[in-house]
Amino acid sequence: MKIFVVIPAWNEAKRIRQVLQSLISLPYEVVVVDDASTDETAEIVREFPVYLLRHRLNRDQGAALQTGNDFALSHGADVIVHFDADGQFLVEEIKDLAQPVIDGVCDVVFGSRFLEKKSKMPWFKKNIMFPIARLVNRILLGIKLTDPQSGFRVLSRQVAEAIIIEQDGKAHCSEIAAKVFEHKFKVKEVPMTVIYHEFGQGLSGGIKIVKDLIFSKLLK
Amino acid sequence: MIFLQSVVTLFIIVILFKLFRQRQSGKLSLGAFIFWFILWLLVAVVFWQPETTSYMANRLGIGRGADLAVYLSILAIFYLLFRIFVRLNKIDAEITKVVRKDAIKNVEKK
Repeated sequence: MKIFVVIPAWNEAKRIRQVLQSLISLPYEVVVVDDASTDETAEIVREFPVYLLRHRLNRDQGAALQTGNDFALSHGADVIVHFDADGQFLVEEIKDLAQPVIDGVCDVVFGSRFLEKKSKMPWFKKNIMFPIARLVNRILLGIKLTDPQSGFRVLSRQVAEAIIIEQDGKAHCSEIAAKVFEHKFKVKEVPMTVIYHEFGQGLSGGIKIVKDLIFSKLLK
Repeated sequence: MIFLQSVVTLFIIVILFKLFRQRQSGKLSLGAFIFWFILWLLVAVVFWQPETTSYMANRLGIGRGADLAVYLSILAIFYLLFRIFVRLNKIDAEITKVVRKDAIKNVEKK
């Protein structure tokens, strides 16, 4: 069973070394998609025995994930894990999320910060932004997930082949979830931990996601 | 008024000349050429015969010709904005595809 961990990275020189150090001892093929970083990200990645794909122009996270998916599929991936480069996710939780897909219990696993109280989430995110995000995702896209904006997910090969990420920006989270539900794939949510280094996407980021989703609906 | 009309007419003649040149060099499709040609001719007619807009406005149930011109302009601007937005989106997606292909082709591994 070939498991590929796809890591989109944009200016992650400060944290990516630590993530790769803990990943390389595990039985996964690691693919880092450097999204035209202007710092030392690529140089650091080259120190490790992992695949490095470099976007010549910054195309944002959704585009980088699809690049990773395409590469992993062409190299025989059975399972694809989407993981962050900034050390917010725990490497040891990959097996918890991947196991249901490996066992064939489901086709997709979404990590959720809300199933167990593992993550120390900023108050504004927990009580204002995420409830709004859940509501927008449910109304606009019919996504019934406790954490539709989670970037930690596991896809079976079949799912990665069926779903093409067209949202280059941050709206890809909602897009992937919406397409998974559209295709009626079997979904499972597994608790995950997030370590918050900084605030991440602010309110303006959230508004941009909603705008991208609305426009993508209009242009369909 | 004659001064303004003359300036606008001169302006329109320059634009029409440019349109012909673009059409001749194949930079403009026949459909686009006809659309812009008629549009600028209409602008000339409206500037020389402003009452034509009032006539059209009355026929469409709008009070004044100037109002009709404003409504049509807003519609045209929205339509053009939408067209530009769609085109930008398409170009964006194409750029991503090229960047992706290049990244996969030049994969590195230690």
